[in-house]
Amino acid sequence: MMRHRLILTTLLSHWRRKPWQFVILLIGLATATALWSGVQAINAQARDSYAQAAGVLGGDDLDRWTGNAGLSISLTDYVALRRAGINLSPVMETVLRDGNRRLRIIGIEPTSLPQKSLIQSTDEAGSLADFVTGSGIALVSADTALPLPAILPPARVSDGLPPDTIVVDISWVADRSGRVAPDYLVSLKLSNADHLAISSVTEGRVKLQASDASGDLSRLTDSFHLNLTAFGFLSFVVGLFIVHATIGLSFEQRKPMLRTMRACGASSRALVIALSLEVLGSVLLAGSAGMVLGYLIASSLLPDVAASLRGLYGANVDGALNLQPSWWIAGLGMSLIGAFAAAAQSIWKAARLPVLAPARPEAWQAAHRRDLTRQGGLAILLLGVAVVTLLLGRGLASGFILMGSVLTGTALLLPVLASNILHWMEARQATPLSRWIWADTRQQLRGLTLSLMALLLALSVNIGVGTMVDGFRKTFLGWLDQRLAAELYVTAPDTATGLGLKAFAGSLPEVDAVLPIWSSDVRIDAWPVTVFGFEDHVTYRDNWPMLQTSRGMWDKVRDGQFALVSEQFARRFNVEPGDPLTLPSPSGGWTAEIAGVFSDYGNPTGAVMINATTLTENWSDLDQRRFALRVAPECITTVRDLLIKEGLPERSIVDQSRVKAASREIFETTFAVTLALNALTLVVAGIALFTSLLTLSNLRLPQLAPLWALGMTRRQLGWIELGRMLGLALFTALFAIPLGLILATILTKVINVEAFGWELPVFLFPLQWISLIGLALLTALVASLWPILRLQRTPPATLIGVFSNER
Amino acid sequence: MNGKGLATICLLLGIATNGLAQGFAGLGMQADGFEQVLPGYQFSFPEDHAAHPGFRIEWWYLTANFENEEGQPMGLQWTLFRQAGKAQDTATGWQNRQIWMAHAALSTPDVHRSAEKFARGGIGQAGVEASPFSAWIDDWSLVSSDGSFDQLTLRAKGDGFSYDVQLNASGPLVFHGDNGFSVKSEQGQASYYYSQPSLKLTGTVKIGETSHRVSGQAWLDREWSSQPLSGDQSGWDWVSLHLDDGVKVMGFRLRHEDGDDFHSGTWITADGQASPLRQDQLKLTPLAANTVEDRKIPTSWRLEIPERAVDVTITAINPDSYMKTLFPYWEGPVTVKGSHPGRGYLEMTGY
Repeated sequence: MMRHRLILTTLLSHWRRKPWQFVILLIGLATATALWSGVQAINAQARDSYAQAAGVLGGDDLDRWTGNAGLSISLTDYVALRRAGINLSPVMETVLRDGNRRLRIIGIEPTSLPQKSLIQSTDEAGSLADFVTGSGIALVSADTALPLPAILPPARVSDGLPPDTIVVDISWVADRSGRVAPDYLVSLKLSNADHLAISSVTEGRVKLQASDASGDLSRLTDSFHLNLTAFGFLSFVVGLFIVHATIGLSFEQRKPMLRTMRACGASSRALVIALSLEVLGSVLLAGSAGMVLGYLIASSLLPDVAASLRGLYGANVDGALNLQPSWWIAGLGMSLIGAFAAAAQSIWKAARLPVLAPARPEAWQAAHRRDLTRQGGLAILLLGVAVVTLLLGRGLASGFILMGSVLTGTALLLPVLASNILHWMEARQATPLSRWIWADTRQQLRGLTLSLMALLLALSVNIGVGTMVDGFRKTFLGWLDQRLAAELYVTAPDTATGLGLKAFAGSLPEVDAVLPIWSSDVRIDAWPVTVFGFEDHVTYRDNWPMLQTSRGMWDKVRDGQFALVSEQFARRFNVEPGDPLTLPSPSGGWTAEIAGVFSDYGNPTGAVMINATTLTENWSDLDQRRFALRVAPECITTVRDLLIKEGLPERSIVDQSRVKAASREIFETTFAVTLALNALTLVVAGIALFTSLLTLSNLRLPQLAPLWALGMTRRQLGWIELGRMLGLALFTALFAIPLGLILATILTKVINVEAFGWELPVFLFPLQWISLIGLALLTALVASLWPILRLQRTPPATLIGVFSNER
Repeated sequence: MNGKGLATICLLLGIATNGLAQGFAGLGMQADGFEQVLPGYQFSFPEDHAAHPGFRIEWWYLTANFENEEGQPMGLQWTLFRQAGKAQDTATGWQNRQIWMAHAALSTPDVHRSAEKFARGGIGQAGVEASPFSAWIDDWSLVSSDGSFDQLTLRAKGDGFSYDVQLNASGPLVFHGDNGFSVKSEQGQASYYYSQPSLKLTGTVKIGETSHRVSGQAWLDREWSSQPLSGDQSGWDWVSLHLDDGVKVMGFRLRHEDGDDFHSGTWITADGQASPLRQDQLKLTPLAANTVEDRKIPTSWRLEIPERAVDVTITAINPDSYMKTLFPYWEGPVTVKGSHPGRGYLEMTGY
């Protein structure tokens, strides 16, 4: 025991002599932990919020019933079901906008709501009668900002509600929306007899909603969280590079000490234990600091993330962090695993340290050459894996394998390539000084390898993700413009009203065209596909976003027997224009030829477009509530008011410009988050570079002292050092651009397609590259400034001392 | 009159269930906007069988004593309450703020099953129509078989029990108090109160999976008011009795916090002639108390009506007839022994 303590004390004494190295080790570990756990905190919070939103009305305990195709249920059917003795409770929902807030208003009917449901169990939230009679009550969670809009009843705090979700009496929603029919019914799990009764009482008009429908939110938002996780993991890895570099350096520096201890009789096992305890201690120290930092990062990013999720998916995520103990444990665990992974090499070396090994820095170079050869081999192997995956792989997992192997393979290749280039350059130099510069740069490469790789990863991922996100934004907004070409989109409460309003709208002189958007839902291989019926119009011919077309496409579709399919559909069934298509229909099947493929971003299900008349002739179960209106911009308000006057609820009319404005806003906030994470990754890479340079600067003295002795000023040496660092950063940045583009291509052409079924075009953004190159140079400049200043201030005595101390 | 109505008002006033006793104090509040119960009201039928939206609370309340094929005594109750948040709330659709509540129970000497239902007005889920008479909430109903108030079918079911019985009136409607103006305190709080105490019952009840053919007697109460209790009244004991000689007795005791209880009742002859029993003319005294649901509840009573030479002991058939509803109370069938044997129903609240 005593011996272990002695060994540990001796080992730790190193840090007393090099406090900065210790600080850097802690910074590396803390940043790695912070970014990873910060992102995890955001994800955990979001998932909690989804679960809560899905569970507002009892979650798994309650079933949900809707009309056919998810439509509302008539009051007559509801009362008939109650009078048949079936315990169902009606719910009406609406959305209330309050400044930037989007409040989800759930109107419940408390007298029939099952006891088990969350809402009725909140006793203190007020009595049934307070809720129903008089001015009513608005139940809100404690973290929903008050005051509520004045039109809502007085607020009362209730536990268990998600943020910005407000529960009121159903009459409030009915009043405000002018609706009578419940949106859906909830029940406890009902008996088989009740299921049969529901079907027979309503003649099949009321159906149990598939249980996974409420999980839509978490499925929809998966890609978003994947993006965050990838960033978090990347920062984690980059942070670990710092840890690895520092631990590796401290090991090299402590080699004589370790050897002495071994010579004094310390077993290699005791050394390993002591080194492991040292790592454990730094994890406890830096990991905890990292967790606190992660918490701060998460809390500052969460509002933007919440805004993005709300805008993109209508998901309400609590803007205040509320973390479980498991998050802290998982974060520290990750930190522990990471630290040991980073220290593994050093601990392994310590375990096999020969008692009489020479501890010469010159041995580095030889070892480095061996390392490089091995690294080059590994890089080629990994790139080989990438090629094989690209050729043979299928599915999302292989997409990630592809990305991972390309990234690591290329990163490993960087020092090999750099070393060879330096070697080649060195051979072509005329003066001894320039030869020395190139040779010395090559010699330094080993110390800088990991930080340069970190910089490469950070830069290329920045380019990759940036290209994808910007490409997505450009594509998506362009697509929205094409897709939402009409000025007003109308969804009537039911088919009869829909057809009536369509006729009415057609009679208005202000309306240029009425475009039906009729549909029927079918399933092909259990995959839901919506068959849309549309009428040929110049709106489509001019605007509809097509990916593949055929000659005379619009004429062919207008005449029937031809169809347009969505990109998801085409990819799933591997079809293209000219291929035959058979859709399930009441008569057994409707067959046509595919005339074109259109893009349908963000839709998880399939879509087919055919002529409206063909649709009505071949399908009976039609949804004919929707249509679009072409209206001159100045007449939009008039037409809108006329439709509302005609009895259409206000929320049934969607103004195209509003949708677009909302979409743009969503994307801006999403970018804010991406940019913040991008910047943080770069900062970590900068710290890595800084760390390496700082630790190297000490070792550099023996190399620089002879040059100084030969007559070069410290200023000249400083400039050479700076130029070298900027050159290396530039090289890395230039290397990062093609890698980033490859990454972007993999993300958009492989991962996106596997995950969502649609592909994005890759747009190039050279300005982004230039700014990233600038950023890399700036990082290198800042990182090398301190070591260079130190060199400037190194007293000549120290430089002379090198010669006497040199072993 | 029975205590569930009081409980319903507690609900209206937003008083938690465990604060039932305090809740009665809240009933002393002014019932602004609602019609007041005044003496000299002229009843008009069938309209008065239906709901009176001008008043705050109202109920249709049926109790029955009967035997199965083996002569085992049983009882059932069925009550439909209407509760208005504001006066004259005749809005249709979700805007109607009336709350309907119903209780159903079935009791035998060793089983007591009960159930409750809630509904809101205005959408057709619950309501009462005068002609043809129909009172319903969800799948529970008390509906006229021939359009009149004299031939009724009662159906209800709950967890582990159900009933489906025919009720045939064999006597006239009876008006309590001063021609249906029933006073509830010395301060003058009152309700409109009439009954059909002479219903013959036949039908089927089901307990668990076992069905029983049953026959017996039933008593239907109708009552409505806006502010029935005095501020210092804390609870309620009520009986309706079918005596073997054909006489029916209704009696209640409203307990005052200061111990000075208010008594009232009605003596109904075999041919349906009613005469009120005033404060000093009848006396209800608790005898033995049982512990039911952690409460001391007197399930045995002495009823004295000296002028009619009545001195009887009233004993619960099943002391565990506790209604574990949102607003709990005790209600169950009783046997009457002593000077005038018979049977009936007992209800107690505020314990």
